[in-house]
Amino acid sequence: MAKKPRIKTPATAKQGEVFQVKTIVSHKMETGRRKDKKTGTNIPRNILNRMEVTYNDRSVFAAHMEPGISANPYVSFYIKATESGEIVFKWTEDSGAVITETRKITVK
Amino acid sequence: MKIYQTLVAAFSVAAVLSFAAGSAVAEPKDPDLTDPRVKRYIVGEKYSGYVVNEPETRDIQDDDFQNPAFLWVEQAQSLWSKADGKAGKSCESCHGNPEVSMKGSSASYPKIHKKKKTLLTVEHQINICREEYMKTKPWKWESDQMLGMSALVRMQSRDMPVNVNVGGEAKPYFEKGREFYFQRRGQLDLACTHCHVDNHGNKVRSEKLSQGMPTGFPTYRMKWQKLGSLHRRFRGCNKNIRAQPYKQGTPEYTALELYLMWRANGLPVESPSVRK
Ligand code: HEC
Ligand code: HEC
Repeated sequence: MAKKPRIKTPATAKQGEVFQVKTIVSHKMETGRRKDKKTGTNIPRNILNRMEVTYNDRSVFAAHMEPGISANPYVSFYIKATESGEIVFKWTEDSGAVITETRKITVK
Repeated sequence: MKIYQTLVAAFSVAAVLSFAAGSAVAEPKDPDLTDPRVKRYIVGEKYSGYVVNEPETRDIQDDDFQNPAFLWVEQAQSLWSKADGKAGKSCESCHGNPEVSMKGSSASYPKIHKKKKTLLTVEHQINICREEYMKTKPWKWESDQMLGMSALVRMQSRDMPVNVNVGGEAKPYFEKGREFYFQRRGQLDLACTHCHVDNHGNKVRSEKLSQGMPTGFPTYRMKWQKLGSLHRRFRGCNKNIRAQPYKQGTPEYTALELYLMWRANGLPVESPSVRK
């Protein structure tokens, strides 16, 4: 059982309201500069290099991430409530693997 | 002061191990002891590692969302109700809602197991439940599952004062733990007490020594970049003075945990804490 990303969004919001979104995702964020103690060679870099968030298919937040970011990165930002629908969170790893999560929101 | 010099020597060694990542850290600011956030973790002469934490680290611990330990806790919450093993049972089958059944329980651990007549930690008890009652494999001490479950159980005692019993059948374990605490060991010939009793509050390199309290474990340590157990910390403190560490869960470390929890009696449980 893997550790799931944790995401905080309101289930409902008022039209025009600006709300905070909090996210934290479980990832080693391997920098590529750490040495394997046994072999003495560098452990290959493997980080989440991009985070993208869409709100009813419209891009509302994107971040390019670098190896300096700590393991289990925490990212927080604000979105303005416009319409009911889905907020989709997507993280992309160097390996190409993708983590996605969806949260529903009702706007009144 | 002889011991202080040895300490500084210890840290020239430890520096290579611990501080490789951030040698340019700013001078730690002295904590404002009247700050209500800090006050919660000071009881009489005792205080927890939270007090010597940088304010930024405290902010992370204070927000259950930002605290990365909750990635493990959330995983444990799903494991809690998932049947595992030949008996077809989950933790929930016997213990129901952990917020009710585990409330306050970890504040008195380690304790003597009624039937086994031996001193056990929360982690030992969880594995007894898994092996004997669920008929499944024990979890490894430092596995994500065990750390998360230990944190889930222990956080049901958050803000409650530690209250371990060191009399009766626990007495011989307590004596053993105390002996360990005062025993000089390793190439640097230091005991726990030299750092955490005689020198707490003193700065050695960029680290400020605390009283080495056990109340926040498992802890999310930035250096480890993950959750880690109290016994892992013991291993680290043993290795820093170039002493042979014991394995997690051994009788030596279990007795030491009892002694540390007794030192902490009255301080609030703060699992899962965040540390540098
Ligand atoms: C050379 C000094 C030194 C010795 C000896 C030492 N420690 Fe530590 N210990 C540290 C440092 C430095 C830290 C990290 C900063 C702090 O909280 O004090 C630490 C942290 C701890 C913590 C974590 C505290 C928290 O709030 O997270 C515990 C528990 C602990 N030590 C227990 C022990 C025990 C038990 C022993 C004896 C086996 C021991 N230490 C011996 C230096 C030492
Ligand atoms: C078949 C029933 C059963 C299952 C399933 C079970 N336990 Fe237990 N648990 C017990 C009993 C009985 C005790 C009392 C101590 C003993 O007999 O070992 C106990 C005690 C405990 C305690 C100590 C509580 C206290 O107040 O001292 C903890 C912690 C615990 N269990 C955690 C777990 C976890 C975590 C799981 C799932 C991985 C689990 N248990 C699964 C029966 C069970």
